[in-house]
Amino acid sequence: MADKKKKRGKRGGHHIDPSIKPGSFKYIWASVSHNKGAVFGMIFLAAIIILSLLSPYICRYSYSATDFINMKSWPSAEHLFGTDDLGRDILSRILFGARYTLIIGILSTLLSAVLGILMGAIAGFFGGVIDAFLMRFLDIFQAFPSLVLAMAFCAVFGTGVDKCILALGITGIPGFARLMRANILRIRNTEYIEAATTVNCPTWKIILKHIIPNAVSPVIVEIAMSISRNGLASSSLSFLGLGVQEPKPEWGAMLASTRNYIRDFPYMVIIPGIFIVLTVLSFNLLGDAFRDALDPNFKE
Amino acid sequence: MAALMEVQNLKKYFKSHAGMVHAVDDITLSIEEGKTLGLVGESGCGKSTLGRTLIHLNESTEGRIIFQGKDVTRLKGKEMKAFRNDVQMIFQDPYSSLDPRQTVSDIIKEPMKLLGTMSSNEVEERTIELMDTVGIEKRLRMSYPHELDGGRRQRVGIARALALKPKFIVCDEPVSALDVSIQAQIINLLMDLQDNMGLTYLFITHDMSVVKHISHQICVMYLGQMVELCDRDELFAHPLHPYTKALLSAIPTVDIHKKKQRILLKGEIKSPIDPGQECRFCSRCVYADESCRQGVKLCEVRPGHMVACNKAAEINQL
Repeated sequence: MADKKKKRGKRGGHHIDPSIKPGSFKYIWASVSHNKGAVFGMIFLAAIIILSLLSPYICRYSYSATDFINMKSWPSAEHLFGTDDLGRDILSRILFGARYTLIIGILSTLLSAVLGILMGAIAGFFGGVIDAFLMRFLDIFQAFPSLVLAMAFCAVFGTGVDKCILALGITGIPGFARLMRANILRIRNTEYIEAATTVNCPTWKIILKHIIPNAVSPVIVEIAMSISRNGLASSSLSFLGLGVQEPKPEWGAMLASTRNYIRDFPYMVIIPGIFIVLTVLSFNLLGDAFRDALDPNFKE
Repeated sequence: MAALMEVQNLKKYFKSHAGMVHAVDDITLSIEEGKTLGLVGESGCGKSTLGRTLIHLNESTEGRIIFQGKDVTRLKGKEMKAFRNDVQMIFQDPYSSLDPRQTVSDIIKEPMKLLGTMSSNEVEERTIELMDTVGIEKRLRMSYPHELDGGRRQRVGIARALALKPKFIVCDEPVSALDVSIQAQIINLLMDLQDNMGLTYLFITHDMSVVKHISHQICVMYLGQMVELCDRDELFAHPLHPYTKALLSAIPTVDIHKKKQRILLKGEIKSPIDPGQECRFCSRCVYADESCRQGVKLCEVRPGHMVACNKAAEINQL
């Protein structure tokens, strides 16, 4: 097997054994794992998730425990990332807080992806009145900046993680719907769909075998982007005081509560900031890698 | 020889905001088994629409389509399936007629798998056989369409069309997207396939030299209507309709000493939206007069030579 891998040529810019069928999970895995950025993203996210889940057991301090002797202390052996203005250990807060950023990002994306793809697909397939009705309905949502809509939503229904997910999820629907609809409209009129009709391919099979595989890759990238965007938005909402509430350590909320100390104790702001940046970056890199793996036309 | 495909007064209109577009208007013709009918005309004259309507990619508006002596104009369910297995289409653009996410062998196998009567071994064997027939190397079976050149892609399209052993194939400008050296290969392949399998073609093109090479009969269309129908040699020797004459005069020749009179058409093309009864060519025809505005009829002017022109006898001194 080893020498076989060496002999074969390149595909998609990566050295992948050509006997693996493109489109299969094995191929996608091979392609993604050859992408350095994606590997970094995967390792970083996996580490964050595992450490976050284990944080109550492995951290020396609770995320809400205050250490009055060591208030506002710079990073040291005792507090690796230092302590904040109330003497809480930043490392513990970062690790515990990762769950909020990730949960909000992933669940809100799931909500908007499922509903958006469904609405976009229906609008694209059936066209006419259904299309016009659905798309005009979504136009209403899109007319508001998403963060403003999310703020309005939180103002009406109250704050909290669940409200945050709902608000970000709903504002994400139009993006997915438009993407899916445009893709389906493009594919529905191509000659290979007609060719499938001439060989008696039933409609449901055309949709499953020809339309969806061709429509799905931009959507997958959008999912990755949306997770990072919503993670960021959850930080913004928390920063504004509308998302996760104190003393729960959401990254954005940590930025917000310590921003007054940026001049004298910049580490309090920089450390959560770095984690937000790295998480967003990881999701984006993963999304790019998946797009490349799924697209047979991709060449580096 | 009996006619395999017959069309009687076929009409296909499309609705538009401005009115009805008469894409195919009152076409009557028949194609004999094992022969090729070349369908020529300029872009937008309804050639492709006619081909698509024949194999039910479009529903016809009016008229009858008779295939193997059976009326197939309005088919449903099982009969439709059976009909579709007998008729196939080769598309114009080999870049968009193949699903970019399927491999060559998946594309060729698809019709056979959908048929559901063949075992996977038989499908596999037949796929190899088809690839051999159309001249695609076996090593390419796991390739994707974007990895192939235009000629090979078109061969894949042909293999897919042949998979179910159809009797009638609509070739919708199958070579116009290819470069000239490849065009000849594909046309010769199509002709060989016809000889070996007894296929019947409706060959749609706007290239007169291609149609001269491949057709037995030629039908000239202008704005949805048939203006001339006859055998190939007859058409090239005695074109009777003024439009056909202009078309033929536009074929380039290599003989630089031969003086050639190019007929240049002037005037505007009529709109195909609700065109009325007058001769549709009269806005560009130098012979047109008042009588042409009263309408034209398709008449047999010479034996086996149909022309839709009131002035045909007069112009050609028949």
